[in-house]
Amino acid sequence: MFAITENKIREKQLGDDRAGAVVIFEGLVRNHNDGKKVTCLEYQAYIEMAEKVGQEILNETFNKFDIIDAACIHRVGMLQIGDAAVWIKVLSAHRDEAYQASKYIIDEVKSRVPIWKKEHYVDQEPEWVACHRCASHEEHHHSHEAVT
Amino acid sequence: MKIKIKYFAAMRESTGKSSEVIETTATSLSAVYDELNDRYHFPLNRDDLKVAVNEKYVDFEEAVSPDDTVVFIPPVAGG
Repeated sequence: MFAITENKIREKQLGDDRAGAVVIFEGLVRNHNDGKKVTCLEYQAYIEMAEKVGQEILNETFNKFDIIDAACIHRVGMLQIGDAAVWIKVLSAHRDEAYQASKYIIDEVKSRVPIWKKEHYVDQEPEWVACHRCASHEEHHHSHEAVT
Repeated sequence: MKIKIKYFAAMRESTGKSSEVIETTATSLSAVYDELNDRYHFPLNRDDLKVAVNEKYVDFEEAVSPDDTVVFIPPVAGG
């Protein structure tokens, strides 16, 4: 289950007697980025597409890892320091698969799901953030096309 | 033909619109971008954007069809 919400994230109850491990990841709003003091973050999503791409990512995760269940919720709107922007929960029989699947989901969400964030700062104009790690992710995928 | 364009993030701020329906003769998405960029002077170059048609990422050289919903996707930053 992948969902976008405007409200504070309420954890989904996922349970399964076959599960020996549960990994929960939360991405939080922190008070700084790139040396700048951040006061709050504004998230915007292309919701219809974000839900489709998010579900594709979860489907890929089920194919790649031996997990029992997985869910991801991403919040949009104005978030304050300490708020959870994204929440991921993975259940598996053994811990390795749950850790790996959880990392796969967050990495793919950050690089592919059409969600944007605007950082508001203490002492300068707000800015839309480009995911730098995602740019390198992209270069990595297309390295065969690189002209050196 | 008529197509729908949706705008997000920096693109929304530069156009002052969240969506619009345009009449275009552009044959590719690349040409749609150029046409709109002439009008709005987007803050992002084509190389910095991806493009989605009907909620799927596609190539800029793909053709555009009547009633498509087109979104030029700024660098994403979820999480």
